[in-house]
Amino acid sequence: MKRIKTIETRDLCKSLKGCGECQTSCGVANQPCEKQ
Amino acid sequence: MHHQYKLDGYNIVLDTCSGAVHLVDDVAYDIIGMYQDHTPDQICHTILEKYADRPDVTKEEVLACLEDVEALKAEHKLFTPDTYEPVAATYKNNSDVVKALCLHVAHTCNLNCEYCFASQGKYQGERALMSFEVGKQALDFLVAHSGSRRNLEVDFFGGEPLMNWQVVKDLVAYARSLEPIHNKNFRFTLTTNGVLLDDEVIDFCNREMHNVVLSLDGRKEVHDRFRKDYAGRGSYDTIVPNFQRFVAKRGDKSYYMRGTYTHYNTDFTKDIFYMADLGFTELSMEPVVCDPADPCALTEEDLPILMEQYEILAREMLRRHREGRPFTFYHYILDLKNGPCIYKRISGCGSGTEYMAVTPWGELFPCHQFVGDPKYSLGNIWEGVKNKEAQDEFRACNAYARPECQDCWAKLYCSGGCAANSYHATGSIQGVYAYGCELFKKRIECAIMLQVAMEQEPEA
Repeated sequence: MKRIKTIETRDLCKSLKGCGECQTSCGVANQPCEKQ
Repeated sequence: MHHQYKLDGYNIVLDTCSGAVHLVDDVAYDIIGMYQDHTPDQICHTILEKYADRPDVTKEEVLACLEDVEALKAEHKLFTPDTYEPVAATYKNNSDVVKALCLHVAHTCNLNCEYCFASQGKYQGERALMSFEVGKQALDFLVAHSGSRRNLEVDFFGGEPLMNWQVVKDLVAYARSLEPIHNKNFRFTLTTNGVLLDDEVIDFCNREMHNVVLSLDGRKEVHDRFRKDYAGRGSYDTIVPNFQRFVAKRGDKSYYMRGTYTHYNTDFTKDIFYMADLGFTELSMEPVVCDPADPCALTEEDLPILMEQYEILAREMLRRHREGRPFTFYHYILDLKNGPCIYKRISGCGSGTEYMAVTPWGELFPCHQFVGDPKYSLGNIWEGVKNKEAQDEFRACNAYARPECQDCWAKLYCSGGCAANSYHATGSIQGVYAYGCELFKKRIECAIMLQVAMEQEPEA
């Protein structure tokens, strides 16, 4: 039986390959990425 | 590095460096917890002993689950190694771009809130209003230093920015005139106490302001305890109808109610639910940051109460979501699929580098919470940043800057935390505001749980 369900998330490792267009934050990890 | 926790019936495993989130059953939860410092034989033995009364937990099942864990590790979705530190050390050195300014258009206020970090809007200085000429120069400074960035942000702040309303409107018009010339997109925000909100202000804001932040602390007695006018009268009865009218006309444009909770209302979820019941659906409630000797300061004894409050909040949000009357909470807005890249998560808010505050006199500070502190005066909008030493302190702020954060699972969510909170709590922007860390981690746990729970909801 399947005991682990992986939720779809953005892969941070792949995102290594920073446009800076996202909104300034004051939250940091909450805002959507502008360019995707 | 990973973090696993149980909350409200959900067993959640977070892989810190890939951002992966897994929902697991009790057996997998225990296996993952043992995986890094036990052999497969030890894990099998322990699990089979613990779940001896469970017919579905056989040796084959445990081994199959171990294989799944191995596969996730191979796919870099679990126990992913941390390779970001070298990037963190250099990322902010590669750019002198400025993309956001907080314009202090009014160092004065029509309220006299006792807990105000800005000393009733004066920032330990004289009352002042920003002139159009200073504001115009600030916008020119921003465009000139924005490099290839297209999206620029300007926040009208105070004090109370509506006390300098004509200048706000004139600066918006000037910025709009710059957009086609320089291929820029200005996003304006406004933070207001609501006293001077009228239909003209509301209509202008609904046309021009990307977001508005409306200060309301919740229940009338809570709000009026601190948010009084200079005659000592509470402001609740004045502002709530104004805010309700504003939000009703706002349509689908962004806003949020921004409250502050203190030692006097550690049951702050009651204030959040109260605001939701008033018809406000975009909500934020922040812990007061002040001198620990202040009677309204949060105490160590308050901490477990606050932690429980955040769990109560998550449960109620889920309940209302299921009932079709949802509201959002600022710190629980977590976009797992389309959230920020690793560079944003490492570098944080950009205070002192890509984001600065401008006083009515055109002086630059790292952010609104440093305004008035001569140590952190960075320069001015005519000559730019001259205090490179102070700016370099901020350039060095990132998720990897503090030894205390090395093993923290939440560092790619907090990005090293708020420099102002660190400074006010420890005297150094490189310090660690441990109390804030505990609250932050609890909020992230709740936010991820909410996302996971909503993911499990059947499609309507």
